[in-house]
Amino acid sequence: MTNLLITNGTVLDQQGERRADVAVADGVIVAVGTATDASDALAARQALDDAIVLDATGCIVSPGFVDLHVHLREPGREEAETIETGSRAAALGGFTAVVAMPNTDPAHDSLPTIEFVRTQAARAGLCEVAPAGCITLARAGEQLAPLGELAAAGVRLFTDDGNGVQDPALMRRALEYARPLGITLAQHCEVASLTKGAVMHEGSCCSHLGLPGWPALAEELMVHRDIELARLTGAPVHFLHLSTARSVELVRAAKAEGLPVTSEAAPHHFTLTDEMLVGFDAVYKVNPPLRTPADIAAIKAGLRDGTIDAIATDHAPHPPESKEAPLDQAPPGMLGLETALALSITELDMPLADIVAALSWKPARIAHLDARHGRPVAVGEPANLAVFDPAAEWTVVPAKLASKSRNTPYAGRTLRGKVRHTIYGGVPVVIDSVAQR
Amino acid sequence: MKHLLDMGHLDAMQIHHLLDLTDHMVEINQRPMPKVPALRGKTVVNLFFEDSTRTRTSFDTAARRLSADVMNFAVSSSSVNKGESLRDTIETITAMGVDAFVVRHASSGAPHQITQWTTASIVNAGDGWHQHPTQALLDCYTIRTRLNRTTGFDGLHIAIVGDIKHSRVARSDVQAFNALGARVTLVAPPTLLPPDISTWPVEVSHDLDGLIGSLDVLYLLRMQRERMRDALVPSLREYTTLYGLTPARAARLQEHALVMHPGPMNRGVEMAVDPAELPGSTVLHQVANGVAVRMAVLFELLGSGGEMTADTAADSPDPSQAGPRS
Amino acid sequence: MAAQGARQVMSSDDVRRAITRIGHEIVERNHGTDGVVLVGLQRGGVWIAQQLQASLARIDGVGEVPLGALDVSFYRDDVGIRPIVPGSVTDLPGTLDGANVVLVDDVLFTGRTVRAALDALGDHGRPRTVQLAVIVDRGHRELPIRPDYVGKNLPTSRHETVVVTAAGVELA
Repeated sequence: MTNLLITNGTVLDQQGERRADVAVADGVIVAVGTATDASDALAARQALDDAIVLDATGCIVSPGFVDLHVHLREPGREEAETIETGSRAAALGGFTAVVAMPNTDPAHDSLPTIEFVRTQAARAGLCEVAPAGCITLARAGEQLAPLGELAAAGVRLFTDDGNGVQDPALMRRALEYARPLGITLAQHCEVASLTKGAVMHEGSCCSHLGLPGWPALAEELMVHRDIELARLTGAPVHFLHLSTARSVELVRAAKAEGLPVTSEAAPHHFTLTDEMLVGFDAVYKVNPPLRTPADIAAIKAGLRDGTIDAIATDHAPHPPESKEAPLDQAPPGMLGLETALALSITELDMPLADIVAALSWKPARIAHLDARHGRPVAVGEPANLAVFDPAAEWTVVPAKLASKSRNTPYAGRTLRGKVRHTIYGGVPVVIDSVAQR
Repeated sequence: MKHLLDMGHLDAMQIHHLLDLTDHMVEINQRPMPKVPALRGKTVVNLFFEDSTRTRTSFDTAARRLSADVMNFAVSSSSVNKGESLRDTIETITAMGVDAFVVRHASSGAPHQITQWTTASIVNAGDGWHQHPTQALLDCYTIRTRLNRTTGFDGLHIAIVGDIKHSRVARSDVQAFNALGARVTLVAPPTLLPPDISTWPVEVSHDLDGLIGSLDVLYLLRMQRERMRDALVPSLREYTTLYGLTPARAARLQEHALVMHPGPMNRGVEMAVDPAELPGSTVLHQVANGVAVRMAVLFELLGSGGEMTADTAADSPDPSQAGPRS
Repeated sequence: MAAQGARQVMSSDDVRRAITRIGHEIVERNHGTDGVVLVGLQRGGVWIAQQLQASLARIDGVGEVPLGALDVSFYRDDVGIRPIVPGSVTDLPGTLDGANVVLVDDVLFTGRTVRAALDALGDHGRPRTVQLAVIVDRGHRELPIRPDYVGKNLPTSRHETVVVTAAGVELA
């Protein structure tokens, strides 16, 4: 096994911030303290001589990040992304675990598919990939997926992401059925009859461009419905990619009442507005759509006060040919894994500790991955760590991204905050911003 | 001017310039032999992803009257489904040596996207609900000639009535009429208006009867049957009752008022009178001038040999301005 | 409009006299004005053609000679090479079949405008003859074209500018 010394960094976790070197042996943190403490710990195990020394000067050493929301496309759309390429992008973004959305082909509604995803992830060995299960078979919104069977196999988060569960009776049943299983249902909030043919946010911009609008109401109605269903059933609901000011308000009020709801927001929903679509570039088409400056302000406020628990990327790779289609035919989605940390540091006016919380231990808890990820940086804990320089500036160059696709809306943007090393299961999968496998 | 994509890209000076050019094209079209050699050696491709015999024929005739070579491609949506992308289509045809694409597409923005894959000029012949600039130029030309408004539309009151939300013609017309100085009122039920037009330079009314007597131009849009299915209006009959040009409303039009329609019209729906009996009906007039307007656009893009600037467009026929010539 | 460093080479009286003289030459050459149609080239030739028409009326007393204006923008051989902004719309007095057309322009230079005008005329009929009247012939012909009536032969360099107005002719 690999032994590591992470030197000259500043540790930041749920217990605060402190100058400390970190020693890792056999996948476990064996020392957090002075340089002497760290090297002594390795020396005591006869592990000092072959230890890899990772310089963390100017860097934060934190628990690895957990992305609640990625589309890895495999199985079914391997031309856009594979579990391996997506895992590499995740590792380069500082993530040690990602939740893979179930809208693959076939969808994650049976054990063999779940097992396939885990096998591919293990083969890649770059991060943990936790497949989310479907709420309904083939995400068709008609019949429940085998929630119990998948839960028994360790699946903890279920969603029909890409679709919202339209039928309130079905969603109620799903929540009632889920409650004793210790799982969380996550909703893609979109009332489909309000978004027929929708391409972008419904407002002044879509009116001008002659594109069908995606009204904020379509999200908010379902957020409201599922808050009431959480109240009725007592089962937890996680809200995926909140995009509107009113949605944030609804979740804030529900949390104040003590209802079991959590939520996430994607970096593009706190950095880009619907105005980006005036050039008809489908790289800006995403679902839910980019909204208004007022919505951005509300998302940021939600992240600041904890209404929104997690920053989740909704990493959605698409090959160039599909993004070159006319806007109404192009698929929605944009890359996110490799820019999430930097966008958060650059755009969010929040203490670094809160940003790391929203990227690491808070999503780890929602995904039920908190036995291994988002743990404190402390002796005896599993070594899933991100080491990043919060001040380093870099420019987004699509061709240099590890994802198989290039559909980032941030090409050419200079951002602040760069992942230097990522340690997954005690193994340095990224060293000096270069993936090691 | 390299492309004509969006009326919003043209200012009043540029619109007037294109309408002045149209006067020349009308003269050419009235000759026994209506053809000039201006665009010899240029190739114009009509690329229609959406069927429109009227518009395609109009562009086709326009290009031929300027002596351009014309290629017609009717691209069914099925060939897109077969995997040929918009980009492939454009790059393939561009490689044949093309000076302009005239593009009709069911998707808003498609002509705009195409500009990145070709060096040729793009003329937007209608995209989705977005823009139809040559129709707007034609409408301006019709108003200018029929109401004798060579210098602008100041003081004119124009109502555009009907399905504004799904209308590329309405979007282009609003910009063009406004640029030329007209007062524009949109008349429609709220369900047929775009969701947010607070930034548009228009007034909105739901009461056609209240303003019909003050209009200089009544512009009727085509009402499509599928709007019933989407529950945007209860029935065509109700639409006609509230927003159609009925004999009672026609009787209240001012004597000089023009009645316009982009065609093809639904007789008995938005046009519930015989247009031939309206003194101010311009529908056939519009079709004839459509060729001239499109000739003006093609000449401006392919024949003018440079950017339209304040200098060249404002060049007046004052002989003291005449430059060095042969 | 006096350009910087412009030099007057014909006064307004010179221009007026030139037009009168050309009128007489037209009458002499055509044995009267029967069948004569004056066609001014847009833009600089139109006002000269108008003055020529008035001048002819004074000579012979036979009444007005038909007058037209011709825009040749769409017949030029430099379409697409430099900005072309047409003048007023072509307006010809009926058919030109069998007419003795006198093309009127201000300056004859390379001959390319006249070449375009000959093509344009052909689209409006088949004149019996086409003659050319100009106030100034400044040389530098690029085509085998010569004027029938000239106000003044003016040696110029290629880069100079000749401006003809009722106020006179300036070389800059």
